[in-house]
Amino acid sequence: MGDDQKFLKLVGPAEAARLQTALRQGATRRDLMRLLGAAGMGAALAGSVAGAAGTAYAQTPRRGGRIRVAGTSTSTADTLDPAKQSMSTDYARCNMFYNGLTSLDGSLTPQPALAESWTTTDGKSWSFKLRSGVTFHDGKTLDAEDVVYSLARHKDPATASRARSLAMPMVEIKAAGPLEVQITLDAANADLPVVLGTFHFLIVKAGTTDFATAIGTGPYMCKEFTPGVRSIATRNPNYWKQGRPYLDEIEFVGIPDEQARVNALLSGDIQLTAGINPRSVRRITGTPGFSVFETKSGYYTDLVMRVDQAPASNPDFALAMKYMLDRQQMLTAVLRGHGVIANDQPIDPSNRFYFAGLPQRPYDLDKAKFHFRKSGIGNSALPLVCSPAAEHSVEMAMLIQESGKQAGMNIDVKRVPADGYWSNHWFKHPLGFGAINPRPSADILFTLFFKSDAAWNESGWKNEKFDQLLLAARTETDEAKRRQMYADMQVLVHEQSGIGVPLFFNLLDGHSSKLKGLGAIPLGGLMGYSFAENVWLEA
Amino acid sequence: MIRNALLRMVVARLALGLLSLLLVSLAVFAITSLLPGDTAQEQLGQAATPEAVAALRLQLGLDQPGWLRYLHWLGGLVSGDAGRSLVNGQPVAALIGARLPNSLLLAAATAVVSVPLALAIGISAAMWRGTAYDRGVSMLTLSIVSVPEFLVATAAVLVFAVHLRWLSALSYVSSIDSIGQFIRVFAMPVLSLCCVIVAQMVRMTRAALIDQLRAPYVEMAVLKGAGPIRVVWSHALPNAVGPIANAVALSLSYLLGGVIIVETIFNYPGIAKLMVDGVSTRDMPLVQACAMIFCAAYLFLVLAADLCAILSNPRLRHR
Repeated sequence: MGDDQKFLKLVGPAEAARLQTALRQGATRRDLMRLLGAAGMGAALAGSVAGAAGTAYAQTPRRGGRIRVAGTSTSTADTLDPAKQSMSTDYARCNMFYNGLTSLDGSLTPQPALAESWTTTDGKSWSFKLRSGVTFHDGKTLDAEDVVYSLARHKDPATASRARSLAMPMVEIKAAGPLEVQITLDAANADLPVVLGTFHFLIVKAGTTDFATAIGTGPYMCKEFTPGVRSIATRNPNYWKQGRPYLDEIEFVGIPDEQARVNALLSGDIQLTAGINPRSVRRITGTPGFSVFETKSGYYTDLVMRVDQAPASNPDFALAMKYMLDRQQMLTAVLRGHGVIANDQPIDPSNRFYFAGLPQRPYDLDKAKFHFRKSGIGNSALPLVCSPAAEHSVEMAMLIQESGKQAGMNIDVKRVPADGYWSNHWFKHPLGFGAINPRPSADILFTLFFKSDAAWNESGWKNEKFDQLLLAARTETDEAKRRQMYADMQVLVHEQSGIGVPLFFNLLDGHSSKLKGLGAIPLGGLMGYSFAENVWLEA
Repeated sequence: MIRNALLRMVVARLALGLLSLLLVSLAVFAITSLLPGDTAQEQLGQAATPEAVAALRLQLGLDQPGWLRYLHWLGGLVSGDAGRSLVNGQPVAALIGARLPNSLLLAAATAVVSVPLALAIGISAAMWRGTAYDRGVSMLTLSIVSVPEFLVATAAVLVFAVHLRWLSALSYVSSIDSIGQFIRVFAMPVLSLCCVIVAQMVRMTRAALIDQLRAPYVEMAVLKGAGPIRVVWSHALPNAVGPIANAVALSLSYLLGGVIIVETIFNYPGIAKLMVDGVSTRDMPLVQACAMIFCAAYLFLVLAADLCAILSNPRLRHR
């Protein structure tokens, strides 16, 4: 029996994947025992697992080497300004050069980064203690002023920060000493360390206004940056994480065309790339020397039904549509199995607040027919707007149209171009599609997309009970009570909102098999965009 | 005498060219502003809350009316300042300065390969018109011109980069330090572009030359005992240079703005991609500057072709 099989047999596939990830990132035997202990495993069994896993996966990271990495987009809008990041490529680039106060791990729990520790008594006033001896790439020492500047600039409208709404609740941000920052919120939020671990709150040097280059504290220094062409990152010899990073240099480019990305990977021009289409997986894994890394994530494309407009203002119609989502078929045909079936609510199973007790809504044409007939909408054409901008929405719309025919519904699929989709079409039609990137917390996700007064309340769903639960859960410090509140919210969205979430997508990265150290952080591909300080090249 | 006439023509052409540039800039500006969404909305994308859009518009000066922004841009251009990109705040001149040499290099490499090749094939096909060679050339050029370039480029990548691993699937101009590397990087983009433009030039050259070879003066030359090479080289070809030069100019003008597909597939940082970026982010100063460059290049090539035709044509020259 190979070590892999032994390992699987001992812990089961899900746990095995998590542990392998930890091991690839260089977890020690002691880390592993802790992880297994947390999973509720007895010490004796844990010991034998750690042994089996150790021989199979523990490899010592090698220092040195240069890789070329391709992201999924490139344009003159590429940026090194953390506040202006808008594409996944910006996140990957900025994470090479900057650090945040916290960083989010594989379960999206905040871990200390530039902040060594943090305390709060009421969830409203927070104190963050900074790590000492951290230097910027130009030699300046990190202090509280840098942090205050980096956080406060998001509130200035002139910064045009994309995270302004997350920064506005921080009513006071001040230095309480050279290495201590105090933040006062307008209302309690137990998730502040999570918010500060998101990419827009990366720390820049106090007073920085010119982002032609990046002076951060991150694992790599910016040697070259040309928007729309490439960036070159060289190892930061003074990085505060001992022994990291491993590579000497990373060249980061963007290749928008997926086929061109796969070709570049297979021809050896790049060693790592994101955004692999499920259709290309077999081609990559079928070529010796190349692998696909899969990250289960909360990324979803959702059916948006405006509940404040006909036809979805009729709850029976919305319900009929939800019963018409052939999730299994979508998973097999559209994602080729690289996804997880969802249940018309946005919290995915990898989230710590996922409510597993919510019964799965089945694909049920009889129920769909029943509710549709009850709605009395009849045979009038129902336009359903889809676009390549919302990933896979075109295929999903086709499948819904087919199911609709069988349920007696006349769905008219309208395909619109990706250009301008988000400003002109997204949730502006009675029936359409959205695509939602993974968010770091249940609170952020619900606040952005489901709260009654949210700017992106896609379906126009207003529910007072939901809003109260959301605010209560944000301030609740008792984990069990908090979990129950999030469960109740998931039930409410599942039953009443105008959002149909058929699937959560797995994120696929293609890489040379010589590249090691990748792990899953469900924020996005490329290890939640933080691959740079974790990967290394096998000799 | 001839010099004066030429000078007058060049000056008149330049004046007309300036007018064309002005009209093109107006048209581009009008069309860009018809596109849905503006820079602020495109830049914020999914995150475009009304207040964020308003703040960004204010920062970028997009709250001013369109005509004022146009005049502002025009005034800047006249005084030699192409403005700053709305998207990343860098000077447009710097953005273009970084990309234009790449585009010119690719265009030059393609021209050096394609023009002699096309002329040789076109002239030989005209000399041996009606033979199996001529029919073969016709068939081949017709089939090549009907294959879309993305197919040629993708097939070339699959064969030479992915399977044979002879060439690089991506092109990077900044990392070239030897002839071998130059060929490795440029072979496939140049090949793909040649497929598009060689066929057109071959057909135009052949047609123009055959037209002349049918003329009475050629028959006269043949009757006087001139050999086939002398007939073509000294008699027919000088009279065919006009149309041929125009065909070449048209094909070459395509090499600056029309190569977006090749630039995308090979990830080549040229100016066509820059303009497409500009359009998709509604970056008006950038789009305008690129449009001006394409338009100016086109006018220049056509002017050069006309000059070429006049200087080479004995009848026009001695008028």
